[in-house]
Amino acid sequence: MSEGNRVAVSFASVSRVFGEVRAVDDVSFEVADGEFFSMLGPSGSGKTTCLRLIAGFEQPDAGRVTVHGKDVKGVPPYERDVNTVFQDYALFPHMSVYENVEYGLMIRKLPAAERRRQSEEMLELVKLSGLGGRKPSQLSGGQRQRVALARALINHPSVLLLDEPLGALDLKLREQMQDELKDLQRRVGITFIYVTHDQGEALAMSDRLAVFNHGRIEQIGTPGEIYEHPATAFVAGFVGVSNLCEGEFARRLTGSPRPFAIRPEKIAVLAADAPMPDNAISATGKVSSITYLGATTRYTVAVDGGQLTVVRQNSGDGGRTPAAGDTVRICFARDLVQSLKEDSA
Amino acid sequence: MRSDPVSGGNASWPLRSAALAGILFLHVPLAFILLYAFSAEEKSFVFPPPALTTKWFAVAFHRDDIRDALWLSIKVASVSTAIAIVLGTLAAAAVWRSRFFGRDAISLLIILPIALPGIITGISLRSAFNLVDIPFSFWTIVVGHGTFCIVVIYNNVLARLRRSAPGMIEASMDLGANGFQTFRHVLLPNMATALLAGGMLAFALSFDEVIVTTFTAGQQTTLPIWMLTELVRPRERPVTNVVAVFVIAVTFIPILLAFYLTRDTQEVAGSGK
Amino acid sequence: MTMAASPSVLQRVSSALYLHPRLLLLLLLTPPLLWLGVIYLGSLFSLLLQSFFYIDHFSGAVVREFSLRTYRELFTASHMDIILRTTLMAAAVTLAAAAIAFPLGYYMVRYASMRMRAVLYLGVMLPLWSSYLVRVYAWKLILAKEGIVTWFAEQLHLLWLLNAILSIPVVGGPSLSISYIGTFMVFLYIWLPFMILPVVAALERVPRSLIEASADLGAHPRQTLRKVIFPLALPGIVAGSIFTFSLTLGDYIIPRIIGSSRPFIGQTVYQLQGVSGNIPLAAAFTVVPIVIMGVYLMVAKRMGAFNAL
Repeated sequence: MSEGNRVAVSFASVSRVFGEVRAVDDVSFEVADGEFFSMLGPSGSGKTTCLRLIAGFEQPDAGRVTVHGKDVKGVPPYERDVNTVFQDYALFPHMSVYENVEYGLMIRKLPAAERRRQSEEMLELVKLSGLGGRKPSQLSGGQRQRVALARALINHPSVLLLDEPLGALDLKLREQMQDELKDLQRRVGITFIYVTHDQGEALAMSDRLAVFNHGRIEQIGTPGEIYEHPATAFVAGFVGVSNLCEGEFARRLTGSPRPFAIRPEKIAVLAADAPMPDNAISATGKVSSITYLGATTRYTVAVDGGQLTVVRQNSGDGGRTPAAGDTVRICFARDLVQSLKEDSA
Repeated sequence: MRSDPVSGGNASWPLRSAALAGILFLHVPLAFILLYAFSAEEKSFVFPPPALTTKWFAVAFHRDDIRDALWLSIKVASVSTAIAIVLGTLAAAAVWRSRFFGRDAISLLIILPIALPGIITGISLRSAFNLVDIPFSFWTIVVGHGTFCIVVIYNNVLARLRRSAPGMIEASMDLGANGFQTFRHVLLPNMATALLAGGMLAFALSFDEVIVTTFTAGQQTTLPIWMLTELVRPRERPVTNVVAVFVIAVTFIPILLAFYLTRDTQEVAGSGK
Repeated sequence: MTMAASPSVLQRVSSALYLHPRLLLLLLLTPPLLWLGVIYLGSLFSLLLQSFFYIDHFSGAVVREFSLRTYRELFTASHMDIILRTTLMAAAVTLAAAAIAFPLGYYMVRYASMRMRAVLYLGVMLPLWSSYLVRVYAWKLILAKEGIVTWFAEQLHLLWLLNAILSIPVVGGPSLSISYIGTFMVFLYIWLPFMILPVVAALERVPRSLIEASADLGAHPRQTLRKVIFPLALPGIVAGSIFTFSLTLGDYIIPRIIGSSRPFIGQTVYQLQGVSGNIPLAAAFTVVPIVIMGVYLMVAKRMGAFNAL
């Protein structure tokens, strides 16, 4: 969180309904000035609708949306100090890169020379110098994405909204762009609000993130908080992989039927006759499947009452590794157990 | 999924000749008109023409009735196209962005004037004018032409709008432009080729129209009406040929231009006639 | 970023329209709907209305009373003759157009290179959009007794064949330009592009993979054509037939310039509403093609032709 904690954007009990569907259902949160804030969730969870509520393309049916303390109800997008990078970039095909980037300045009637100076600066910032004269159709996907970024940033908005901007790029390019965006945000210092369905992306880039499901926020926190201490089964399952244990299975492991989650990498696999560490939960079972993943190996172990997925680093030091059908002992520390509350259905 | 031609495949010669015959069938008659415009024989359509001359071009040029008819046709076509551009674009914009009750009915209504035979449109308009006691005039012709030209513009503009990125309007507004500025800087330039192509097609359509016009023109003579009269009761046949050649040239050029303007699209202008 | 101090009038109007999209929609739709609704639908309705009036044969005036008298007059033998004649001609033209359009379209889609296809496409479109009257006129020249066809026949010593064709009863006549055969040929020529374009569109939509699958399963090219390609192209043919049929039903100019003196629906309507002033009967006559096309369109829609338009 940045110093001088002014609130850039706030939602207070906001709802947006489309016919029968509650796209955004009583959502409240605050984004601090200068933060990189992500909204994470599966498609249809309401995160994009929230973004559009901030941008001004939707109006809330209930609740209040504020930008820098001002209620923006009834304020059209062109009067908000907010700019958006769209998922399909939405570049103007009949304009050159220069004209696209300078569009906002042109609307505000800046003189041509000044516009060109600023757009050159911006193109350099997004590493597209020299491509100003081209048309969007002559650019690659990654280049178009940067033009969209430059076009939004040149207006110096106080909040930049990004709607799944990296979705159309291939893996390597996506990872590179993630680093660049994070770096850019730090340098430019403005608030970024980022929508994605890719939990790895959200964890890598955000200062804080909100996990959406069915129009509601299940949890808000830093990436570490969300990953290590998921509040609900949904969060535990959506962000990273998790073993969800409830009912009878939970009781056999911990003694209490309260549902909990435990991450696969937190479970150790030991020989069946290995000594049990103190204060650990353990059980014996058979290895039912092994999947080699390069850096790690994933084991499915069938224990009394259910199955557990275990992930183990491949240290390559020649130590004994479990084979399929082996009887093994699994154990994990009691304080790593994450109690869960009910998630929204 | 478009069907691409068999690479390097060769059609059987009966197929190829059938295709060639089909195309020739379409174009050869026009070539003959061109030939006859130069024929020296005045009284009949004898083939081959006895001699060739260019004098009929000069004669045609000096005929007052031809000049008046031509001028009327141009005026009618221009005004009808203008009306069609306004109404067609409004309708296309409405249908593009919104899903509303009766959307399909609206599309049908717009297509109807050109889908039903011209005689139905013509006689309906005439009987309506009679019923309401409106005398025939320049505007009665324009009313008829404008009505069936709307669909040409509508189709072209709608096809163009549908091919543009949906986020463009939102992007423009996001960057600070209000509705009018967005229209001026983003929508209009994008539609420009479609409007031009549609406008030229509409012009050609109106310029050439005769069926509806005979019902709505009363005593006035557009160029096609002039030609129709000549066909039934010829005065100077070669002059008619000259006018025919002129009309071919005048309508070929806008069509060619419209085709090139929309060539990069899957949906070629005019195929929705 | 600073914002405008106070929004201009234009800005305010724009915002009002933005926040009330239905108002914008209403504004967009009203002018075209008003025009089409009042002018076009209104006049269609008035025509329909007139068909329920009748003409007083003594005074020659139209009596504006509701009556089915005019329709009864429509169903007399001579009038039904006209309707039958027109419908048969429309059917003949449609079939012939399909027969020519399919090979041409097939060639264009399957064998022509991209460039050739564009050229052929243009070649089909140009006559379509160039003057209707000029093209009819061209045929008058060609079919005239002293014209090109006769000349060709003479050169090829086939004059006897030409005369034989002309002496076929009903469809023959003194010269090609005064016979049903001539009328038929001109109709075919004029409406042919209307058939070619939907056929080409339908053939283009046949996925390449289907043709390859058919070959893979052992079918000869001709079998593939018959069992796979043709059925898939049929909606396009039906779509094209809508135009050829409907346009032939309503046309009154072509039969007048090239044809015998026995009238078609179009000419009858023209004559009735002209000199005779018998608008009710003319209106009743126009209802016939409307009804025929209505039925035709329903059948065509079921065959999927609307997707091929």
